Amino acid sequence: MGECNYYNYFVGEKLRSMTDPTPQYDVLVAGGGNAALCAAITARRAGASVLVLESAPKDFRGGNSRHTRDIRYMHKAATEYVTHAYGEEEFWQDLLGVTGGATNEGLARLIIRESEDLADWMAKNGVRWQKPLRGTLHLARSNLFMLGGGKAMMNAYYETANKLGVQVHYGTEVRELTISDGEFVSALSVSAGVSRLIETQAIVVAAGGFEANIAWLKEYWGEAADNFVIRGTPHNQGTLLKALLNNGAKPVGDPRGCHAVALDARAPKFDGGIVTRLDSVPFGIVVNKKAQRFYDEGEDFWPKRYAIWGKLIAEQPDQIAYSIIDSEALPHFMPSVFPPVEAASIPKLATALGIEPRTLGAVVDEFNRSVNGGRFNPGTLDDCRTEGLEPQKSHWARPIEAPPFYGYPLRAGITFTYLGVTVDERAQVIMCNERPAKNIFAAGEMMAGNILGKGYLAGFGLTIGSVFGRIAGREAARRAGF
Amino acid sequence: MPDFDLVKDGARQMTICNACRYCEGYCAVFPAMEQRRVFTKADLTYLANLCFDCRDCYYACQYAPPHEFGVNIPKLMSELRADTYREFTWPAILSGLFKQNALAVTVITIASIVIVLVLVLLFQGPNLLFATHLGAATFYRVVPFAAMTIVPSLIALYGFAVFVAGAVRFWRETGGAPLQMLDFAAFWRATKDAFGLAYMKGGGAACNYPDERFSAIRMWFHHLVFYGFLMDFASTTIAAFYDHFLGWQAPYPYFSAPVVLGAVGGIGLLIGTVGLLYLKSQSDRTPADASMLKMDVAFLVLLLLTSFTGFALLALRETSTMGTLLVIHLGVVAGLFITLPYGKFAHVIYRYAALLRYAIEQRRAGTHTG
Repeated sequence: MGECNYYNYFVGEKLRSMTDPTPQYDVLVAGGGNAALCAAITARRAGASVLVLESAPKDFRGGNSRHTRDIRYMHKAATEYVTHAYGEEEFWQDLLGVTGGATNEGLARLIIRESEDLADWMAKNGVRWQKPLRGTLHLARSNLFMLGGGKAMMNAYYETANKLGVQVHYGTEVRELTISDGEFVSALSVSAGVSRLIETQAIVVAAGGFEANIAWLKEYWGEAADNFVIRGTPHNQGTLLKALLNNGAKPVGDPRGCHAVALDARAPKFDGGIVTRLDSVPFGIVVNKKAQRFYDEGEDFWPKRYAIWGKLIAEQPDQIAYSIIDSEALPHFMPSVFPPVEAASIPKLATALGIEPRTLGAVVDEFNRSVNGGRFNPGTLDDCRTEGLEPQKSHWARPIEAPPFYGYPLRAGITFTYLGVTVDERAQVIMCNERPAKNIFAAGEMMAGNILGKGYLAGFGLTIGSVFGRIAGREAARRAGF
Repeated sequence: MPDFDLVKDGARQMTICNACRYCEGYCAVFPAMEQRRVFTKADLTYLANLCFDCRDCYYACQYAPPHEFGVNIPKLMSELRADTYREFTWPAILSGLFKQNALAVTVITIASIVIVLVLVLLFQGPNLLFATHLGAATFYRVVPFAAMTIVPSLIALYGFAVFVAGAVRFWRETGGAPLQMLDFAAFWRATKDAFGLAYMKGGGAACNYPDERFSAIRMWFHHLVFYGFLMDFASTTIAAFYDHFLGWQAPYPYFSAPVVLGAVGGIGLLIGTVGLLYLKSQSDRTPADASMLKMDVAFLVLLLLTSFTGFALLALRETSTMGTLLVIHLGVVAGLFITLPYGKFAHVIYRYAALLRYAIEQRRAGTHTG
């Protein structure tokens, strides 16, 4: 980390270039998700003319924000939509807890403080709220839920941007940036095979991470990356992240790092979003394709543990695992999108899942024998655990014995990557010479690694994107003379 | 889509929704869905009739087409509702009227006008039909009182019987015990939800109708139609009461209850039906079921004609066209009431039953939403 110019960037495709004069804009926003639109709206309200280039077609606009549902924000009192106050210090401690200190306190506190007026700002820009969804009690204090979820939020932002006169081009990807001496000169965009050179006074780069770029993931994960499921947009190719790094932006965050969760293996390769997640793990056992257990399924509450399971599964042979439960477990977790594989006995279930029946039978028998028979309570860290079993299951361990038996195949699902560009408190991109780029601003997933070195806090991605989107838009407009 | 495939696809889509739940705040469908893990045909029938077709969930859905999951709840629910109307109607042989509904409504209405005309000509003769009538009870000179009261009453009674049969079947097939219906708190809540069009409010967002922008205009047009219809119904009932019990005979003065109620209701119907027809002409076809759209249009046009011919009659009742207009108006009204159980009006019955089931179910689950 910290090494500069270590990416090779090459676009081999033949493009036809546009020669007709394009309208002039003050600010270019590259990207079309939450951070990009917050920037575009803010810059436009400041008086700048704004062009937004979104690489996805209109139906899939909004990047990973279209899959979100709630935003974490600081508030001094309960409201109609959040149950209690959530102050700066508690917010900061939560962040410190998940990152283990891999954060930038200055930027983190800036985000936390500036998140306070987000609820009003978002509502003013068309976002509506709803009561916390059922089954999300752990977030009811700290997070606001968008009515209809993230796509509805993005629809509201696009409508607001449209009313304000922000120009949006869909299906238009920014491929290259010309940066001279830390100053943005022009961007090369491509739409339907036609390239266009765009010159503006300032650029906001809010184009997401590189998690959908399997070739790039392979640089760190090898062939295993072929077996990853990408939870969000296929458009997060990291093209602009690479372009910035190639132009001397200072990287931040572990390039290998990604937020990876356990997903139903039958999920689509991209854009499966929330519905493919599986919450069955704490209520049974998880085995790999050799029918062996490999980690404590009951270590902690699932919302606190689901994000370590992606990596655990990625480390198993063929990057696959199987959650095995019995009929008693079924009512204890949220229904998921694909029906489980069902069988009358454990060996039959193993056969249906394509794993060795006798081995699984033996593993389940051994697990059942080592269960201590405590009082099962899914609402607490109960005292149902295994004795003398390696690895131990420390909570919610009940024998798997009530037929029918169910199995879910699991894969690692990548939510986002941590690698980004370093920014300062004005969202200016810091170059390798430690000087801020004059007119280049970054927001959202591209710079989240400054604050989230590792781990994740539910709803915090949107907080970072919204706060830094607004800062980037404000500063870009200022740079353009507004 | 064949019935079996529709149910299968419905269960598939609801399973996706149930794993997501982002739309929970929009309406009653999603909280009701969350009470279930599997979706049988009965469940889908219930959920479909809870849906007010506000389309908010469609535009908010990250899995809507062209996403490979192709989640399109408003279209699915419309198709399932069309199925409900066909399946629960009585007698079964007339369920075909739902399939070619626009054609059926047109033919029946024209036939009604022709029958009224032929009967008037046969029994009263052309002279009375084309004469100018002044003074009291002029309408009855053209169409006798007995014909004008007994025939509509029989048609209305028939329609009522069909709906009772449908409601009972709906209640039974969606798994409700008959006595469960006698829940007055639930009745009160269902009635409030129905009369207030609670689930066209989209949890405060209004409808995405006719397109992806939020607008309350559809709800207001629907209110005009519904309350206009009720006022006209009240007008007719009061008129019948005046006539039958008080011996006051129509036509009534301009500032009498039947005329004022009828006129205000009629204006509501005129504006509401024209407004809804306009919105439908502008509406996004992707979240819609084409056959349901035709059913909607047929019913709205008939309501519009009823109101329009009623006004024409009011305006021209002292001219020689009165007889002809009366024949047309009565024919249209007859067409409206004959096709009432076999057209879009059916939604009133099944939606109310679904709202009642929802009120009961939510109270039992100890959760109140919306």
